Amino acid sequence: MSKPRIKLPDSAKVGDVIEIKTLISHVMETGQRKDPEGRPIPRNIINTFSATFAGAEVFRAELQPGISANPYLSFFMKVPGPGEFEFTWVEDGGKKTVEKAKLNVS
Amino acid sequence: MERLTSTGSLSRRQLGIGAAAALVALAAPGSLPAQDQQQAWEQALKRILGDAKPSEGKLALELPEIAENGNTVPFSVAVESPMTEKDHVRAIHVLATANPQPGVATFRFAPISGKAAVSSRMRLARTQDVIAVAELSDGRFLMGKRNVKVTIGGCGG
Repeated sequence: MSKPRIKLPDSAKVGDVIEIKTLISHVMETGQRKDPEGRPIPRNIINTFSATFAGAEVFRAELQPGISANPYLSFFMKVPGPGEFEFTWVEDGGKKTVEKAKLNVS
Repeated sequence: MERLTSTGSLSRRQLGIGAAAALVALAAPGSLPAQDQQQAWEQALKRILGDAKPSEGKLALELPEIAENGNTVPFSVAVESPMTEKDHVRAIHVLATANPQPGVATFRFAPISGKAAVSSRMRLARTQDVIAVAELSDGRFLMGKRNVKVTIGGCGG
């Protein structure tokens, strides 16, 4: 998994509902395909994504092979105050990618 | 014409798809009897709903009417909700009824989400109905359905 991309508003006020966009490079191999020799290619997907803000879970996605490669997610948060996001992507097999991002709260 | 005979049971469309090496796996869902396909998504829906009866409305499921590339079909789901402790959307489930595996994703929300809305991209193996089910904090369910015509199927799995 490469470094994910995250888009937050430049700044936000307490009580604002802001949109958060995330994108990560990943093949999201479905487990349904076969290689040129006819052998099944094992499933390898990001099965879970979660976003917490100041320790509280804001959004969670349980993904299945029906989600496209390079999973993109857009979701929202009502800004409770200043804090930092922690985004976690979990791959089949348990490998995690964690990314943090501070939100500028005015 | 032995080659033609051996593929005689495949439609022209399936042949076209089969020709693209990367999409070969798509021929597989076509080999499943239609009844099993229906049962798979119906079972998935039953697991979400239990015995509850979902109501329509207040849930907006957005998808293109025609998806040229089934590998990346943008979708968004939004549910009207005050998103308070007492009254919020707990989860939104998305099902693709004719994919080899009908479950696409489950998205979970909390009052801090502010808005029960999500956008992403899905794979659609072929033309089919997509279903979104919202699970509310009071135990009720909302459901929406959209048909998407798929020009070139994605390896939806």
